[in-house]
Amino acid sequence: MSALIELAAVRKTYETGVVRVDALRGVDAEIAEGEYVAVIGPSGSGKSTLMHILGCLDVPTSGSYHLAGQDVSTMSEAELAEVRNQRIGFVFQQFNLLASMSAWRNVELPLVYAGVPRHERRERALSALDRVGLADRADHKPGELSGGQQQRVAVARALVTEPALLLADEPTGNLDSESTVDVLNLFDELSHLGRTIVLITHEHDVAARASRQLIVRDGNIMTAGAA
Amino acid sequence: MNWPETFRTGFEAVQAHRLRSILTMLGIIIGVSSVILTVGLGQGAQDEVKKQIDSLGSNLLVVSPGSSTSSSGIRGGFGSASTLTLSDAQAIEDPSVVPDVKRVAPVTSSSVALVNGTTNWTTTLVGSTADWLPVRSRTVESGRFFTAAEVAASAPVVVLGADTASELFTGSAVGETVTVEGKSVTVIGVLATSGSSSSEASQDDTAVAPLGLANSVTGGTGVSVSSIYVEGASETTLGAAYQEIQALLANLHGVTTAEADFTITSQEALIDTANSTNRTLTVLLGGVAAISLLVGGIGVMNIMLVSVTERIREIGLRKALGATPRSIRRQFLVEASMLGFAGGLVGVVLSVAGSQLLPSLIDQPVSLSALAIVAALFTSLALGIGFGVYPASRAANLTPIEALRSE
Repeated sequence: MSALIELAAVRKTYETGVVRVDALRGVDAEIAEGEYVAVIGPSGSGKSTLMHILGCLDVPTSGSYHLAGQDVSTMSEAELAEVRNQRIGFVFQQFNLLASMSAWRNVELPLVYAGVPRHERRERALSALDRVGLADRADHKPGELSGGQQQRVAVARALVTEPALLLADEPTGNLDSESTVDVLNLFDELSHLGRTIVLITHEHDVAARASRQLIVRDGNIMTAGAA
Repeated sequence: MNWPETFRTGFEAVQAHRLRSILTMLGIIIGVSSVILTVGLGQGAQDEVKKQIDSLGSNLLVVSPGSSTSSSGIRGGFGSASTLTLSDAQAIEDPSVVPDVKRVAPVTSSSVALVNGTTNWTTTLVGSTADWLPVRSRTVESGRFFTAAEVAASAPVVVLGADTASELFTGSAVGETVTVEGKSVTVIGVLATSGSSSSEASQDDTAVAPLGLANSVTGGTGVSVSSIYVEGASETTLGAAYQEIQALLANLHGVTTAEADFTITSQEALIDTANSTNRTLTVLLGGVAAISLLVGGIGVMNIMLVSVTERIREIGLRKALGATPRSIRRQFLVEASMLGFAGGLVGVVLSVAGSQLLPSLIDQPVSLSALAIVAALFTSLALGIGFGVYPASRAANLTPIEALRSE
């Protein structure tokens, strides 16, 4: 298996006025294609910063990050936007669906920025919704869906571009236990189908579903062993 | 994101906050419609002045006694009323001296009472020659105007203005007799209405008689006249006619043109005077309206800034999903210019409606110009774009994490 993600000596330092915060202190990590990895750690450990860098939402202060063989650590914001669009599917804790748009319009959004023609977008959005079991809810607005359903719409949106990496940030943090199981089962299925998933969480039972755990503490990865 | 998608997204965003969008547009709407209406009112007033002055007669020069200079006002001199005489008028009529003049009508005017049986009407009696009719570009509605022979004979005939005729007679006035200061004269014609607005009513309330008759009735000297109407040969030579008359009269009166005891007024001068007043008012009011348009533009910026703050999570999400700073900037710019342009469009519709309504409310004509409308539309679009740039750049320059993190 080739490495989809290669982090080498990644440091991230925030400077707010006089305070210097070393959020990441030289992280080395590799994640292979098709892996299902959980990044776990308490709040303030630097796992959010790690997630931002993995998701190309931020660039490291030093060190290198190769995503699918491409060095993304020195890219401009416009280039990063394209990488996010093409290679990464995001699932957020707060779902982040646009309330004024129906489910399928939310799902097609990444394709709009990718420049996919309109009729093809609708087709692909509907098939992504079908994959998460919500084909019959395509025309519902987020407000008319349950929390679990909304998160599944978000997963469909993350999958619609067929990204190399599915990056989920506390995807079950706002869900009840039934919906949590629902969404985690969906991740299991996707993993079986060969999708690379990185899941950030602070809940051990959620992390236990992954095939490998990265434990982040004080800006470093402590354990990179198999679960 | 391509342009059609951007416009669709912008339109959806404007629609999603309908009340806020309308309130934002309100500033632009008021600004645009007040600019268009002010310019329209100014234009309407100018048109009205032109129409009124045109109705005085074409290529008209009016020679009146007394001098007016810009520095010292009116210079009366000795008996200013009598400085213009009938012989002045006859001299102007001489084509060898004043070649650029077509017709001359010396005029006396005085207030008289006309009596028909028990009906009594006070009006202005104008004494003149047969050329009065064409020089003042008037026409006769019924009957006829007096002839040169009747002028020479001071025949007891009179031509009445339309209003005067209807005040004195119930039926047709032609052929009837009226008594003017104890003298019986025959009404031989009635003038057509001058066609100018109500403020010029005196044009239709008048009586015109041969010069000699008017003098004998009112006790005039038969020498002095109150003014001389001169019709130029053509509009292009009116300036030459002006110079010729000025030189001739200065010579006859034994004065230099600088100390002339008469004044020659052209219609153009009257129009210029009236228009410069109108223009000042239009510029003043238009300026105030333009400021309100500017304030409307600032309103758009204000709302767009609020909108950026309010939709910061949406911006973050769009960025995470692959929106480049450029496409975010474009989206907010399009939104702002849509608000501006839609406001402009509604403003134009309102001002067109207002231009139909206003004349009946304030008795002022409004003439809308297509230029003002197009300019107002472009201005409102430009305002939307101009005041959208800053909020759009703020949105575009947000980092995705910063935008996603905010609650």
